[in-house]
Amino acid sequence: MNNNHNQESRRHILSMLVDNQPGVLSRVAGFFSGRGFNIDSLCVSETTDPLVSRITLVAEGDMNILEQIKKQLNKLINVIKVMDFTETDYVQRETALVKVRAKPENRAEILRMADIFRSRVVDVGTEFYTLEVTGDGGKINAFLKLLKPLGIKEIARTGAVALARERK
Amino acid sequence: MRKIKTKGAKIIIDVLREEGVDTLFGYPGGAVIDIYDQLAKSDLRHIMTRHEQAAVHAADGYARASGKVGVCLVTSGPGATNTVSGIASAYMDSIPVVVLTGQVPTQLIGNDAFQEVDIVGITRPCTKHNYLVKSVEDLGRMLKEAFHIAHSGRPGPVLVDIPKDVMQGSTVYTPIKEVQLKSYNPTYEPNVKQLPKVIKLIKEARKPLVFAGGGVILSKASKELTEFARKIHAPVTSTLMGLGAYPAGDPLWLGMIGMHGTYRANISSSECDLMIAVGVRFDDRVTGKVDAFAPHAQIIHIDIDPTSIRKNISVSVPIVGDCKITLEKLNRLLADEDLGDLGTIRAPWLSRIDQWKATKPLAYEQRDTIKPQFVVEKLWELTKGQAIIATEVGQNQMWAAQYYHFDQPNHFITSGGLGCMGFGLPAAIGAQIACPDKLVVDVAGDGSIQMNIQEMGTVMQYKLPIKVVILNNGYLGMVRQWQQLFYDCCYSCTQMIEAPDFVRLAEAYGAVGLRATKPAEVEKTIKKGLSTPKAVIMDFVVEREECVYPMVPSGKPITEMLLV
Ligand SMILES: Cc1ncc(C[n+]2csc(CCOP(=O)(O)OP(=O)(O)O)c2C)c(N)n1
Ligand SMILES: [Mg+2]
Repeated sequence: MNNNHNQESRRHILSMLVDNQPGVLSRVAGFFSGRGFNIDSLCVSETTDPLVSRITLVAEGDMNILEQIKKQLNKLINVIKVMDFTETDYVQRETALVKVRAKPENRAEILRMADIFRSRVVDVGTEFYTLEVTGDGGKINAFLKLLKPLGIKEIARTGAVALARERK
Repeated sequence: MRKIKTKGAKIIIDVLREEGVDTLFGYPGGAVIDIYDQLAKSDLRHIMTRHEQAAVHAADGYARASGKVGVCLVTSGPGATNTVSGIASAYMDSIPVVVLTGQVPTQLIGNDAFQEVDIVGITRPCTKHNYLVKSVEDLGRMLKEAFHIAHSGRPGPVLVDIPKDVMQGSTVYTPIKEVQLKSYNPTYEPNVKQLPKVIKLIKEARKPLVFAGGGVILSKASKELTEFARKIHAPVTSTLMGLGAYPAGDPLWLGMIGMHGTYRANISSSECDLMIAVGVRFDDRVTGKVDAFAPHAQIIHIDIDPTSIRKNISVSVPIVGDCKITLEKLNRLLADEDLGDLGTIRAPWLSRIDQWKATKPLAYEQRDTIKPQFVVEKLWELTKGQAIIATEVGQNQMWAAQYYHFDQPNHFITSGGLGCMGFGLPAAIGAQIACPDKLVVDVAGDGSIQMNIQEMGTVMQYKLPIKVVILNNGYLGMVRQWQQLFYDCCYSCTQMIEAPDFVRLAEAYGAVGLRATKPAEVEKTIKKGLSTPKAVIMDFVVEREECVYPMVPSGKPITEMLLV
């Protein structure tokens, strides 16, 4: 790009409606890898119309890169619509499952923290608790940071899903 | 009443006929016998190449010369993988081609069956779109969509992978009149609010430049472009892909722009105050160092593909639309405008350009060896500029671009974006099939011609009077040139050792072989070749270490040219 404005890199949540067919995700993902853009997170699921899926994708870049990404995604034949939520008001959620070491002396604290973060214990083992937490990325990161000293065995995060807010 | 069912293989033939296809290029195999069986019972013409890559290049050359969709048919597995270079070349140059591949039966897909390959996966990034047909019920629709997608909007290759059981299955087939795709709607009509801005900039400009690309040829807008440039009295340059979009005999023509562009075209682009870019994509071989490209110009960019706009270059007036429709509208607006005495207004700009032309023309030194440029120049002269010229890749391609002065579109057929060696001969086959009454010449290098030389068999089988002009320098010349200029003359692996005797090779195929080794023989040889009513290979033994000039070193501003 030979223009200097719009160069601030930002995180963008793109929400796409696509044909619900085999190979469509590969086209979207392949476009990103083929052009050297990184995908931070990706979620796919069917919509109320079984012929249509929604892909929610988080990517980082300046406005020029994002404009190019959006145009290229729109160009894919199976992509019906691309929305960039960055410019709009939207709600965003992500879920994480966290396996945390639950030594007897820490169990109460784990439950207290879970309570604060509106997290639930979804599996209890002899050594580990599995917690479920939902929120935006920041909340989940904060929760993980607090649990880290206790010993996290593994985590699984869904990546962000988002919808535009309705007018009030 | 019971409805009659049609076999999948027959549906394929029916759709091809509905789409106006009369010729296809291909190569048979186990997975497509059913289609070939139907083909034999139809009136479609099938041209059997000697390699599937060549079948795609031929379909591509056919499309470029005729403006119609080229069609190609190959078998599964190796037949399909052999098409990949051809598809990628068509994709880079936005050429409408439909490639039909056979596939193993649906129940075997995923089992590593004999000659199974995931060609849809392999070609996903180099097709405009592709399909795997999973049931015979989908076949007709997907084929129709494939044709629609291939030739509409920004054209490109579309692949349809058809499992054997789908060809053998039957269904009630009703021809689909119109293709409806909710997620694909190319913009042909430009936003009319943008057009007055163009007129305003044209009126303000003192040093305008029209910059045309392959999009002008694809949208059949040469006439409109010519009218436009003449009306606004602006000089015209073009990309490699745009050659022929504007008549080279016209005084406003500057020659090609870019890495091997003319001095005056490259300098004009950096001095102009308004650049009207039509059907281009600002490829790196054109812009050189992007930050230094057209530094003083407001840029108007007209293109049907929104992703081309602002991809590499920021522009003042973006216009998404078909080149032809947009230029027509602009010409109509211009007709009502008082543009003043453009002859006088443009005189200083045009006379500067004339000076650059006088001081730094395209040039080469004559010696007692044959200069490759001289061969192309003579070819142009002796064919009166009327031949369809296909090229291979490398120096031969650039000399063809520089010294054959194209006056009409669809006459220069070259692998621009991919630069795929081996393109020329099969593309010439496609062009000759599309235009049987035209003279078709493949300007070749001694390296490239060997990449698809087996297609001489196809040339002979179909009695195509194609002329192959080999600029034989005994080198992979373009790579050698880079080694000479940028790698201290270390000619690592670029000598063409043990090339065949091309004259005897021609004869082995039943064609005519001619050779020239001295400048005095050039004209005689070309005349003899052109007057021979069958295929000819002309082997011109040329100056071995000639370089293509001007040359802009990769990544440098295009004003920094190495000259002769
Ligand atoms: C399929 C393929 N392989 C390699 C290259 C790299 N390459 C570009 S030009 C060139 C030399 C071509 O030699 P020749 O056909 O003799 O043409 P010349 O430059 O000598 O005119 C090569 C190897 C290419 N463009 N395509
Ligand atoms: Mg050579």
